[in-house]
Amino acid sequence: MIETDILIIGAGPTGLFTVFEAGLLKLKCHIIDALPQPGGQLAELYPKKPIFDIPGYPEVLAGDLVTNLMEQIKQFQPGFTLGETAETIDKLEDGTFIVTTNNGTKHKAKAIAIAGGLGTFEPRKPLLKDVDFYEQNDRGIDYFIKDPEKYRNKNVVIAGGGDSALDWSIFLTNVASSVTLVHRRNEFRGALDSVEKVQELKDEGKIKMITPAEVVGFCGAERIESIDILMNGARMNVETDYFIPLFGLTPKLGAIANWGLEIEKNAIKVNNALDYQTNIDGIYAIGDVNTYPGKLKLILCGFHEATLMCQSVYNRINPGKRYVLKYTTVSGVDGFDGTRKEAEKAVVKSID
Amino acid sequence: MTDITIKITDRNGVKHEVLAPTDMNMNVMELIRSYELAEEGTVGVCGGMAMCASCQCYVLNDVLKTERNDDEEAMLSEAYHVKDNSRLGCQIHLTEELDGLELEIAPEQ
Repeated sequence: MIETDILIIGAGPTGLFTVFEAGLLKLKCHIIDALPQPGGQLAELYPKKPIFDIPGYPEVLAGDLVTNLMEQIKQFQPGFTLGETAETIDKLEDGTFIVTTNNGTKHKAKAIAIAGGLGTFEPRKPLLKDVDFYEQNDRGIDYFIKDPEKYRNKNVVIAGGGDSALDWSIFLTNVASSVTLVHRRNEFRGALDSVEKVQELKDEGKIKMITPAEVVGFCGAERIESIDILMNGARMNVETDYFIPLFGLTPKLGAIANWGLEIEKNAIKVNNALDYQTNIDGIYAIGDVNTYPGKLKLILCGFHEATLMCQSVYNRINPGKRYVLKYTTVSGVDGFDGTRKEAEKAVVKSID
Repeated sequence: MTDITIKITDRNGVKHEVLAPTDMNMNVMELIRSYELAEEGTVGVCGGMAMCASCQCYVLNDVLKTERNDDEEAMLSEAYHVKDNSRLGCQIHLTEELDGLELEIAPEQ
């Protein structure tokens, strides 16, 4: 059982920044996210795209913002349960919560912060027969690459035409024994350096390209042994150990929708006059996942909501205990890892 | 700059005639959201980057003269329910030339 003060659901920018604000109040955080890496949509959908409305950053790449947030919170040692989805919640008599993931991982927390953004990212699956069978129990279809080592010395076929298909194809050339990239078109859509790198690897014979083509079927009794590909009307069979369709992700509110929370327009209603708490005492919702009159789905609004919420959680966990807001410039930042960040002392010295 | 009229059939088959400003740098996806013609969270999911196809529309008349752009073509090549007249709402910029445009919102992805 993982125990923490605030259990954050969602490792996007709002969830990550919560760790910082909570840390200043000596509250510990643990984060659950369905994706294998932190960052939410910034990392998964548009890591190489710029954001122009983060205060103080005239321009920052989404991926860089995530890297910076991870750096900013590291001294507060957040725990992570990645690649798992929060499924059920139980409120205990003492007011604490137990949240269990789809893999059965249990988390006990004094407060819950749902920072789920658009929801859980579910892979868009190819509409093919037997997909349901092969996607289970390591039978050959994967929608995420959680541990690249799994593909060492294996034959891998990747399908898709976007950044993730390009970037994973590049990465796996150093791991897998063969990498084949299948796409419906000859054109790929991604960062220029990724497209150029794939071109280079293709020319060197390290990536086999099959375009314009589509995977149309699977063969193999116990697990995938080969796949059928339709290219220009001709059918071919390609032997492979893994088929990884990377057709993008669709967000779904998922199991959280069944937690008894008040939902409006696919978002969770919260009290924005006070602390972004939901209709269930002790469960908060912050960032894009919540709604209230005048709500704006902006990262900077999520940061603000996280900050106010942490004050409320402090009062909940420490009833009656005095506290006043402190400025980091004045007080510095004391990490749970024993580190301390503080302003350099000004000198008091005469000038002759 | 003047408002233009656009006819949009929602996902339940209901027809709407809406006024759209042409001076607010808006696109069709944003217009659909501003009139709440599709449930929030089911349209414009990626924010307008042509990365999700949740704002896919079928163009029903010949008012729109522009063609799909490269990003849009790439996204639609991987989307569901795509027809010859499919466009991504987020890639159709609202201009005065689009007065009288008729669209139907495609089913959810």
